[in-house]
Amino acid sequence: MSAFSITSHTPNHDPKPIVYALTVIAFLSVGFLLLLPLVAVFAEAFSKGPAVYFETFRDPVTQNSIFLTLRVAALAVPLNTIFGVAAAWAVTRFTFPGRRFLISLIELPLWVSPVIGGMVYTIIFGLQGWLGGWLEEHNIQVIFAYPGLVLATIFVTFPFVARVLIPLMESLGQAEEEAAVTLGARGWQVFWRITVPRIKMGLLYGIILCNARAMGEFGAVSVVSGHIRNQTCTMPLQIEILHSEYQFAHAFALASVLSLLGIVTLMLKVYLEGQTTQRLPAEVPERRRHRDPATPNP
Amino acid sequence: MSIRVENISKVFERFPALNGVSLEVKEGDLLALLGPSGSGKTTLLRIIAGLEFPGRDGGKIFLDGRDVTWDSAYARRAGFVFQHYALFNHMTVGENIAFGLRVRPKKTRPSEQEIQKKIHKLLAMVQLPGLEKRFPTQLSGGQRQRIALARALAVEPKILLLDEPFGALDAKVRKDLRKWLREFHDRTGLTTIFVTHDQDEAFELADHVVILHEGKIQQSGTPKEIQSRPANPFVSDFLGLSKN
Repeated sequence: MSAFSITSHTPNHDPKPIVYALTVIAFLSVGFLLLLPLVAVFAEAFSKGPAVYFETFRDPVTQNSIFLTLRVAALAVPLNTIFGVAAAWAVTRFTFPGRRFLISLIELPLWVSPVIGGMVYTIIFGLQGWLGGWLEEHNIQVIFAYPGLVLATIFVTFPFVARVLIPLMESLGQAEEEAAVTLGARGWQVFWRITVPRIKMGLLYGIILCNARAMGEFGAVSVVSGHIRNQTCTMPLQIEILHSEYQFAHAFALASVLSLLGIVTLMLKVYLEGQTTQRLPAEVPERRRHRDPATPNP
Repeated sequence: MSIRVENISKVFERFPALNGVSLEVKEGDLLALLGPSGSGKTTLLRIIAGLEFPGRDGGKIFLDGRDVTWDSAYARRAGFVFQHYALFNHMTVGENIAFGLRVRPKKTRPSEQEIQKKIHKLLAMVQLPGLEKRFPTQLSGGQRQRIALARALAVEPKILLLDEPFGALDAKVRKDLRKWLREFHDRTGLTTIFVTHDQDEAFELADHVVILHEGKIQQSGTPKEIQSRPANPFVSDFLGLSKN
């Protein structure tokens, strides 16, 4: 999950057989554990022919689950993009007490099981929850409804944009932003004209990862959804329902859509990584000199 | 525009970067802030520009007699040239130079025609005509340095602040650019402070030199005064005079 993993090209002096053995093991495990299931999804989806495959998507309940997933992502991803940029901006541009703690806190959803995230929202917003009475009085339904699905998705995907941007913005430094200020640019002008163009590849990368995770989330969403068919079942939940009802071909057909999303995300990720790492080596060494002890920055 | 610095102190996480620094730069003067690494010279320059603020213990910054101590960098609009130029790499040279004009509110923003004229005028001034369509990454270090200067001058600053202006250049370009900057200063008469750790640069270029060490001014004066009468052992040692 490292944002910009840097491959080491240091000369390798390990004995050749070990290198080969390790490579073969790596390929075998990736093939068996990751690639094979992916192939199986598509094989299973088409096992009863293309007619059955396409029939899946004519079912209104399934269609509804796809639209619901899109609607959830359409709100959760932009909100998390704003949170992520704001958080990255705050922790890389300012020093304040608790800064390190805040950075760790942003990653909290990666450490805890998504189910817990879902449960916590049930405790807060559920009918028996802390705000349950108040919400009911005002006729607002959060749990077992769209808002709950969005909240649970936001919880799970919260770190994605920020985690990409924080190291990127730290390595870029802020001399350009400072230069813009001395030239008379206001805060928002600095942000849109200088910061955004500099971080846009990383930002895009974060948004894509966030989106893939948002559409594929199962655990947290499952808890707050209540599995109300045709109402609160997102794509992953619908897949699970179809699967448990032994409609394997349909389940896998719907799963193939999510898998396709994953594959497209992966390809975009590889492409964007190429874009950002090609750009970084030219800039980073120069910037790094700012912290070089030979320069006078205290 | 004259610059007056009064009793400025600055502490970074309990490490004192500046300790009661006062100095004055007369209108049209070219002053060098000279000192070894960590002497606080860049911090002082950034405080004058408004990129950093002094400790709240009574220190003050005046530009032309006006107290600007707590004014933002935006309000002070000092021309600042960064050590590594901080050019906007996603913009062309022309866009870089025009940046300070284009971010102005509509009322004071010049027309596109005037902006183009200004770009050409400034490129001619820094002796790089015809480069407006290039991107900063396509330029040499010395060219970038002069574009950074042109960009700072576009907003017609009343003072010019240069952080290690020649630090990232090779020796030959360094010497040429040094001479060029002196001529440029004589032509424009812009009050200028530049930071350097290179004493040759400071003494050759500046009207006045201020030597900083551990956040305190060790000596200030004309190059001649300092070289003939170093004020303390640090200065004579730093200038290599004690060996002779």
